[in-house]
Order: sequence, then C-alpha cells, then structure tokens
Amino acid sequence: MTDAPTKPDAIDVTLNGVTFEAEPGELLIDACERNGVYIPRFCYHPRMTPVGMCRMCLVEVDTGRGAALQPSCMLTCTPGMTVQTESELTKKAQDGVLEFLLINHPLDCPVCDKGGECPLQDQTMSYGPGESRFVEQKRHFEKPIPVNENVYLDRERCILCDRCTRFASEVAGDPLIHFQDRGSNTQVNTFPDEPFASYFSGNTVQICPVGALTAKPYRFKARPWDLEEVISTYPNPMGDRISVQSSRDKVLRIQGVDSDATNWGWLTDRDRFSFEAIHHPERLTVPLVHGDDLGNADAAGDNLVAASWAVALQQAGAVITAALDKGGPDAVGVLGGARLSNEAQYAWAKLAKSVIGTDNVDAQLDDGLPAAMVASYPRRTLNDALAPGSAVVLMSEDPKEQFGTLYLRLRHALQKRDITLVELNPTASGLGRLTTVGLHPRPGETGVVARALVDAVAGALPTADVGGVSAAAISAAATAVHGRPVTVVCGRASLAESASPTIDAAAALRELPGAAFLFALRRGNSHGAIDMGLAPGLLPGRVGLGATPEGWAAAPTVTGLDARGMLEAAVDGDLSVLVLVGSDPLADFPDADLASRALTTCDTVIAVDLFANLSVASADIVFPAAGFAETAGTHTNFEGRVSPLTRKVTAPGVARPDWVIASDLAFELGADLGFDSVESVFDEIVTVAPSHAGLSFADVAADNDGALVRGPTALDFGAPEPTAVVPLDGYSLRLVTDHRLYDNATLVQHCPSMANLADVAQLSLHPLDADRLGAGAGSLVTVISAAGSIELPVRPDPAVPRGSGVIPLNRSGADPRELIDHRAVVTDIRVASS
Amino acid sequence: MTPNTHHTANTPGWVDVDGPHIVTSRFGFDDSFTLARFEATGGYAGLRAALDRTPADVHTEVREASLLGRGGAGFPAGVKWGFCPPAVWPRYLVVNGDESEPGTYKDRLLMQRDPHQLIEGSLIACYALGLSQCFLYVRGEMALAQERIATALNEAYAAGYVGKNILGTDFSVDIILHWGAGAYIVGEETALIESLEGNRGMPRLKPPFFPAAIGLYGKPTIVNNVETLANLPWILLNGATEYKKFGSDTSPGTRLFAVSGHVARPGVYEIEHGVTTFRELIYGERFCQGIRDGHELKMFIPGGASAPWFFPEQLDLPLEAKPVGAAGSMLGSGAIVVMDDTTDAVRACLRVVRFFARESCGKCTPCREGTTWEETVLRRILDGKGRSADIDMLLDIGDNISPGPYPVAANEAEGQTAVPFPPRQTTICPLGPSSVAPITSAIRRFRSEFEAKIVLPETIPVAAAVHPATSELAAAAHGEGGHR
Repeated sequence: MTDAPTKPDAIDVTLNGVTFEAEPGELLIDACERNGVYIPRFCYHPRMTPVGMCRMCLVEVDTGRGAALQPSCMLTCTPGMTVQTESELTKKAQDGVLEFLLINHPLDCPVCDKGGECPLQDQTMSYGPGESRFVEQKRHFEKPIPVNENVYLDRERCILCDRCTRFASEVAGDPLIHFQDRGSNTQVNTFPDEPFASYFSGNTVQICPVGALTAKPYRFKARPWDLEEVISTYPNPMGDRISVQSSRDKVLRIQGVDSDATNWGWLTDRDRFSFEAIHHPERLTVPLVHGDDLGNADAAGDNLVAASWAVALQQAGAVITAALDKGGPDAVGVLGGARLSNEAQYAWAKLAKSVIGTDNVDAQLDDGLPAAMVASYPRRTLNDALAPGSAVVLMSEDPKEQFGTLYLRLRHALQKRDITLVELNPTASGLGRLTTVGLHPRPGETGVVARALVDAVAGALPTADVGGVSAAAISAAATAVHGRPVTVVCGRASLAESASPTIDAAAALRELPGAAFLFALRRGNSHGAIDMGLAPGLLPGRVGLGATPEGWAAAPTVTGLDARGMLEAAVDGDLSVLVLVGSDPLADFPDADLASRALTTCDTVIAVDLFANLSVASADIVFPAAGFAETAGTHTNFEGRVSPLTRKVTAPGVARPDWVIASDLAFELGADLGFDSVESVFDEIVTVAPSHAGLSFADVAADNDGALVRGPTALDFGAPEPTAVVPLDGYSLRLVTDHRLYDNATLVQHCPSMANLADVAQLSLHPLDADRLGAGAGSLVTVISAAGSIELPVRPDPAVPRGSGVIPLNRSGADPRELIDHRAVVTDIRVASS
Repeated sequence: MTPNTHHTANTPGWVDVDGPHIVTSRFGFDDSFTLARFEATGGYAGLRAALDRTPADVHTEVREASLLGRGGAGFPAGVKWGFCPPAVWPRYLVVNGDESEPGTYKDRLLMQRDPHQLIEGSLIACYALGLSQCFLYVRGEMALAQERIATALNEAYAAGYVGKNILGTDFSVDIILHWGAGAYIVGEETALIESLEGNRGMPRLKPPFFPAAIGLYGKPTIVNNVETLANLPWILLNGATEYKKFGSDTSPGTRLFAVSGHVARPGVYEIEHGVTTFRELIYGERFCQGIRDGHELKMFIPGGASAPWFFPEQLDLPLEAKPVGAAGSMLGSGAIVVMDDTTDAVRACLRVVRFFARESCGKCTPCREGTTWEETVLRRILDGKGRSADIDMLLDIGDNISPGPYPVAANEAEGQTAVPFPPRQTTICPLGPSSVAPITSAIRRFRSEFEAKIVLPETIPVAAAVHPATSELAAAAHGEGGHR
C-alpha cells in the first residue's frame, strides 16, 4: 500500500492522446462528449437505457487487454482506458455501419420532414463513406402507415435503432410498438388492432433519428431550415421546457427541451400538439361590446359586436367605476388568471387589490386547495423528491391523465431508483404495478386514512379497516414510507367531494418526518397566481393581508371572497361586476348551476380570453388576449420554479397581452400601474414579493432549469378541524369525478389533431359492482343523486375500488356536475338501468 | 452393447462405434428414453453418488474432470460454474437445448434418446451449485425431444428424482421445460435468456455483463449445453480420474461429432476427445468410411456452419479445440460438413450465408444489413450478374462485420498462412461474423470459381468518380473566380 494521495473517484481516461478525468459510472460516449469529442450515435439516448444496437458509436478502446472496437454507449469509463475515436479502425467501422444503415434507407430526403435536421444525414456527412456500393433492390414497405391518430410510421426510412420502441415500453409504459420479423425484414410496427394509443407518442417523433416517425400536425408544413425557434416553457403545472418553432409568424411545432429539473425533454401529446389552437380562426381578435344588429356599439343591444379598444376599455372603466360608487370595492370580483404569466398575474393582482381595492380575487375555481396552504406548506424540488431513498405519497388526480411529465418522471424513478410510492387517491393511477402500495379510501375519507397512515408510521399500526382501506394495506404503506423523506403530491383527486378531506389528509401527512409537498393544482400557472396574490387574503410574494406593498397605492385589509363566494354574491346581487380573466366558469366551475345563475344575475361580466367560450359568449365586454407564444413573461411550476415564457409570433388581430389589458384598465380607472415592459413588471415583482427577492429576469432566462422561488413565508395555514366522515349506505355508490387528458377543454377542441380524441363520458365501476347492477360494458344507466340525474354508458374497470363510481368531467354525453351536491362533503349516487 | 451397424433402427443418425460410451450408452435400446430402462441401466446412480457428497466436492470433481463445454466455445464447465458473484441469490441453471447450428444434431439425439440422462446431469449441476430452479430450453422445432423430455420430467417428478426433497434429502429442484419459437440465434446464451424471459430472442451485449453475473431475470445464471450436462452422471459415477483416461490431456472424455455431407456413412459418432484426427473420422473404416462414390474431398467445415472451412491439408489435425483454432477455424458444436469435388464453392457459400441472413435477429446494424447484402451479391454472381469488383466488395462487407484479418486456414500454394480463431466483430453476437466465414474461406481458396461466374466486366458506377482532369478544372475555376 502506498500513501499517495489519490482521489478515490478519479478516473483517468486517455482520449486521442489527451488525458481527462471521467466521473465515476460515466458512460464513455458522455465522457467524450463532455470533453469535446462527439461520437456519432443513433440508438443511444441519454434518458433511456443504452442498448448498443446501432453500432455507430463503436470506437477503438484499450482497457489493458489490447485495442478493440467497443460501443461507447455501453462502456463505463474505467481507469487507464485509452480511447481512439479517429483511428483507422474506428473510421472504417463508422464508414461500414453508415454504409449498412444506408443500403436500405430510401434516401427520399427531399420529401422527408426530417431532412435538414436528420442525424442520419448529418452523421453521414460527417462520418460516412460518401458513396454506396449497394446496387441491389432496397427493402420496401408500404409508405407511411398511421400507428395512431397523429403519428405516421415510414418503415422504409426506419433504421431500427429501438429508440421509439424503448421509449414506449421503458419511458411511457405503453409497449404498443415493437420489432416484428427478423433479419433485414425486421420492422417496427403495432400489433394487429392495437394502435399506439399513448399519451406520449409525440416524443417518439422527436427522438426518431430519421424521418421514420412523423407527426400529423407538422407533416409537410415546413423545412427545418425555414424554422425559427425560441426556448420557452410550456405553461403546465410541471413547467415543461420546450422549443417553440415557427415559420412566417406561425407556430408549426413544439419540441421538448431536456431540462434536468423538470421534463427531461418529454412532453405529453396534448401539450406538444396544442399549438394548433394558437392560429385557430375562432381566436378572439378584437374587443367586443354590446351592440345592435348592424354591428354598432349599443349598450342596449343583445349582440356582441366588434369595438375598438378605446370604446371597450371606456365601457369597462365606466361599469367598474359605477359599481365602486354604488357598492364599494366588494361589488367587483376578479375570477381566474391561472393561465396567465406571472407578470400578467401580478398586473391583475395590482389592478384588483390596489387600484380597484377589492380582495374578491381567485384564480382557482373552487377546484383547488386553500392558497394559504399551498403558499405556506414546505416544498421540495422534483429531483429531490425522486432522489434514491425517497418516498412519494400520491394524493391527486391520475398524473398520467393530468400531469404527464410528472408521470414519466415518477415511472423512471420507480423503475430505476430506489423510491417507494404510496397512492392515496380514490382510484388506482396509471402507474399500475409500479405503485408500491395503493390505498384507495372511500371518497370523503382520505383524511382519516392519511391520519391512520401517519399513526402507523409512528408505530401505532391500525387494528381495523379505516375508510374502506384494509389495516394490512395501511401497515404496508407505513413500511413503504418509513425512514424515507416523504414528498406528498397533493391535489384534488375528485371534485365530487369537497376540499376538506384532502386538506385534512395534507395536514396529517405534514406531520410525517421530513414531509414536503408538491401541489398538483389544475391549470398551467396556478402556482404563479398564488405567488402573485391572485387569491383572497394574499398579496404578492406569499404574504398575507396587512401591510401595503411597496409602490402600491392601497391594499385590502379584509379577506375577500373566493370563487364560490363571488358567484354566490353575484347571485345575491352583492357583486355587480365580475371580471373573468381567462376563466370559463360555465364549463369549468364544479357547480355549473351556480355559475350559470351568477353570470345571468351579475350586472356586468367582463371577460378577457383567447376564445369565445361559453362564459365569454354570455359576457358584456370582451377583451381579446394574446396567448401562449404570443406574449413574453415567466411561468411558475409546482416546485416554485420560475422559467421564461418566450414570445415567438404575433397575436391575432388587436389582441393584447393580459398585463397590458390590466394596465389599460387601470388607466381608465385613473391609475398608472407603472409598467412599460414585461421586464419592468418582473423588476417590480422582485422588489414587492419577498419570495422572489434576488431573482432577475435575465437570470431566469439564462438557466435551462429556470430559478427556484424559495422565499421564506410568514404565512401559516392552521389545520382545520378534521371533517366528519359521512357514512355510506349499502344501496349507494360514492361518486368520483376527475379529468382526463383529452376532454372538451377549449384548447383541445380547437386543435384539429386532438378534437376527436376525447371519448364520451362513461361511468366506470368495479367489474363486480357492474355485475351486481346487471350493467354490462356499454349498457346505458341512469345515475341519480340528491342533486340531479344523468344517463350514460357503463365501463367496468378494475382500477375503480368497489363502492365507487367514476365519471370524467368535461366530456360529451353527460355532465357529472349535475350530480354533485355542493353542500355535502361527498356525493352518493344510485345507478339504475335505463 | 448393440452391434456396430450403420444407423441403428432405434436411433437414426447415430452410428455405434467401438470405444467408450459415456453419453450414448443407452442409444441402442428401443426404450432408451423410459425411466424403466434408465433405472435398469444405472440411471440416477450418478445423482445418488453426488448426493452422498458435499456440493463443493461435486463441483471439485467436475472441475478436476476438465469437462469442456460442448456448445461451441469449449470453456471448462467447472470453471464457468465458479463465476457466479458471491451472495447473490437466487441463481438459475439454464440448459441450452436450442441446437440449431446447421450440421449439428447430437443434442437432439441426446434429448430424444436419453432425456433422463440430461435431467440427471442437470440435477447434479444444480446440486453442485446449490440451485433450486432449472430451465430446460428446447429448440422450437424439436417436437419429439420436447415430448420425450416432458414425459421423462413427469416420470422423474413422480419417482421423486425431481421436485421437493429429492431422494429423501434436503435437496429440492424444480425443472421447467420451455421450448423456443424457432430461432437459431436463441442458441446464443443471452438471446436464450431473453427468450426465456418472454422477450424477443435477441442477444444482450456482453461485456459488460455475462449471464453468470447478470442472467435470467437479472440473476446469476449458468447456461450449459445439453451434451455437457449429459456427461455429468458418468463423471460422478466413475470419477474424474476415470474420465480423464479418455481423450487427450487438454480435452478429456468423449465427444459427439455429427458428420454430414458427402461421406459414405454420415452420422453422430461418440469418439474420444482430442485424439482422433479429421482424416480418421472422415476416412476411417470405423467411422465415416471416406468420401462417397470415390469422389475427392474438396473442403469440410469442422465445427458447424459458423466455422471457417478446412481443406485436405488440414485433415491431420486432431479433433481438439486448440489446434483447430490455431489452424484458423473452430470445433464449435461438433458438426462436420464434408463437401466433395462436385460442390460449387460459390453455391455452397451462398447456401451458408443465406442461412445466417435468414436467422439474423435484426438487432444490430452490421449483421442485419450485412448478411442480407452478402446474400444478394452472391445470388447476383450466381445469376451471372456479378461484377468483377463484387469479389473484393464481399470481402470488404465481411471486414465491416468482422474487422481485421478473418480466421482462415493456411494455403501453402497461395502463400497464405493461417489466421487463428476467433474473428473480431462489430456486432453484438458472433452470428454476423459467422456469415463471413464461408465468404472468406471460399474466396481465399476458390477465387477463380467466383471469377469464372463473373461475366460482366465492370462495376456499376453508383457515383461519378472524380477524374483528375475534372478536379484540375474545378480548382482552376475556383482560382479564377476568386471566391467560393
């Protein structure tokens, strides 16, 4: 033994005569790239298990037993390794592999969407032999075949790199495409009558190293060299990093960008293809006001007619001033704002709370969690939550349906890292067998089950079943999380029950040692909205009411109404002006009846939106807003990660950014918000919001992972008294309602590629419950609750626990909102054959 | 013992010859595959002998016997058994009964004629290694072997040889019979493991991980050939010392060789390992009795279709892995394919290459694309559409699958010295390089036969060659234009 001081993890690798230090466990292909030598590759993808199939990354490696060609994507760096990436042997192998890859490749580059950004083209130019000696007939397949509604497969172009098939089975968990046949007849294909029905299929198009997989929304739309791109953030709760690509002022494609903190380059198909809505002809392009049949502005008219900004703003200013004169600030309410950028949210918060003076502001539509709770509970980054040795408690809607890239990250961690996952939700999630323990409490009893779990972790194992969950399952779940830092993915798993069981459960789980939260709220920027003060009782920066923020003329001191309160006040005549900022309560508020009565009763409804949705159509004054990719700003994800939203195209007509509309409206009310650019809004946020202190717009934009808001908060959310459990009678089922990826959402329905993907509403029941009711798959039943009744088909589903019935929201055929009893904690339903 | 007849009625394909019968001792009996016959002829005595000793002792005995793997690589079984990483359990034994190498049909006979011997051998291996799970993977096409093994397993379970507390001891093993779906590549051990797991039979890359470290279901797995395991009962019954009395010092025991092609008496022969020469086997009266009808030997494949070809100069090599490897080929799976002077070397070459092109699993590029390309070019040459450049192109395609000098037998007339086995590879498994064997063997030796088939004079210009004159003009144009 020598005492020479050696770094225990130093691995010296000699690359083309130059020695560098590799990291322990680092793959040779990555180490070389990190040190400036790119090794060509096709099958290797840093986010998937290497398979060493394409042989393109063969390099001459000597590990002490003589130089030999080895695939650098499968080789971990070892001390003393000598690598030659430019030797004759390496070059001959690269030439050979590329020649082999090209012999059956159709070389139809001039008509191939991938041409110009094709790794096969690029690497042939850089490393290939230059000419082919192949004079035989090439392999032929039927040219492109659809593998699902949006993805086409050209098997002639395919080089069989296993990227898409690996993605499908390993990353997405939808192993619906696979190799078939063998030898040179090998092809990728779906199985008979089984389309590649995956929410993540678009990712295979992005990672395909040739033009074999193409996506319908982009096919033949542009050549890559005509595209301009900006790096941006998709405004979803995960804050997926994306590249927005456009040509001639039209967004033509969205691609995922690999951010280690968030989406790892993946996107759901809904997000990826949603750009189609940006240029939809039904976008609102001009302000609308009441008018007559001839299209002239007329306050007494029944129609909405086009108006200038000056007229519309003047009208809006007048009604707000009138309402303030008549009923004071509390007569005005602002509903929505969760889809806006942080800057627009701040501008609207400042307009409402400082200029108008009302605290009746809520970005969540009674389908979220108390803002003070979200703002004050401890958080953890996703990477920390999924670090080896961690545990996750999933208490939200199915991430596969609503938080796609979170689902992919959870899948990865459960497969490749030592983490455990306990589900605490009404139905089994799409994670399936990867879930360590599934606890599925009876709706309304999540709180008591969470309490039992916390007690069990502390050592007091349950002796009897709790909330419809067996004592054994709770004990198993306690074992699964014991001794591990627990992160709770917390959201409203079902809108058929009130928020209180979830709040109780979160308060209980907070007592677990090392517990932190990731709040899975609906809508893209709900977290930004809470941080910017678009919630009753909050001011920007996770601060409660009390002091007046710096630079603000005034601030409310009494907590205002939440969404439900505002709508009830409107019905009661106490609220005369309701401003809808990118919200559609008629379609999206859980209590459809209340929303409908409120919008009818309310004196004036002012709507700021992208499309003339149901609520906008019943508004009195409409402002067209610039949407995603049309306006710059920043976005906050569920970790509190702030990342840039980049403007790429011009908004349609005279639509304006939401923060400009807020400024304009403030001006009508005689106030100046003081903003002249997005940066100026951000700068004010940094000074006003303690949580954002120290950030800068430039820093946020510069880091691929964005910047984390970790502001300390003085807020405290006192846990309320636990909700009493409502007993279930033996004749009823308990209703669960949730959201699915494809539904009748305005955005989805304005994307031609996705509009038809939403299924009709069905009642999902456990197969035994369906049998008991004599309701076979597809048979029509009537579902009755204390609030109403609807008719819809039955779908037996073993993921639904016995005693529950699941109906998705916002789908055609039947609206489960008609069943929900909003005065009760839970909704019990009875099912009768139609 | 049954008389020395040509192809016994009970075991078509097997030729009984004088000499030790270590694995074929029951082949002469009509009912050799039944438990009754097996027990009446010393069956399961080897297992009893093993169970009387400690597992480590049994392992030592096998290591002492220097029992070489009979699947192709010829690695000592006792040493392979020692490769499992310590303290990783469970471990598995997988019996490779996917005998698919063209010309090889010895394992099929062992499985059809003496399934209990294989079961006994598997049990001994499990005992030595402390395993309780064994998977018997039988090739998809071998219906009779599957049926016989299934019946034998049922008999053995009923009689208490397999299952819980074997023969009243603490030793328990379950043997699971599994059959393939018909793929040559599944004979490769990692592809076999993939297939056994229910995946497409495609090889795994090794290194980094060999099955002994990470195999079936990610656990340490020993994969042994059928014939290897069939030797174990005899070794345990008679001891390593007795075993080593047969064969050469480096290759003890006997070995089954399947001889096919243009010999007077093709068949499977159990002969002493490492002692007999190819000449004795092919020309010996006891064995194949020479080339058919007075023809002359042109070439022979010493170890299955994957092996480079040998020629009359190599006849005096012993049937032993090392010298055969040094001479530029391999003994492989013990399949000797003899071709006489009526054989068209190009056609024979195509026949073998076509097999590999059909059986390539399609996983890695050089094999998937290269083997079919080789086949098309050979087909084209045979169809009279070859070009003179095709011959060197075939060699270069081979070089892109298997870089560097490919193993080839010496050819003194041409001044060609032997290139020793094995070939290098750009592929994951040796299937691709195997397709190069017939091409290099045939072109090196019979280039004139290829040339004779080529009637078209030139290559087809696929890209405009850069003429020096054109280049000069281009350079001049750039020079005068002053810009690019």
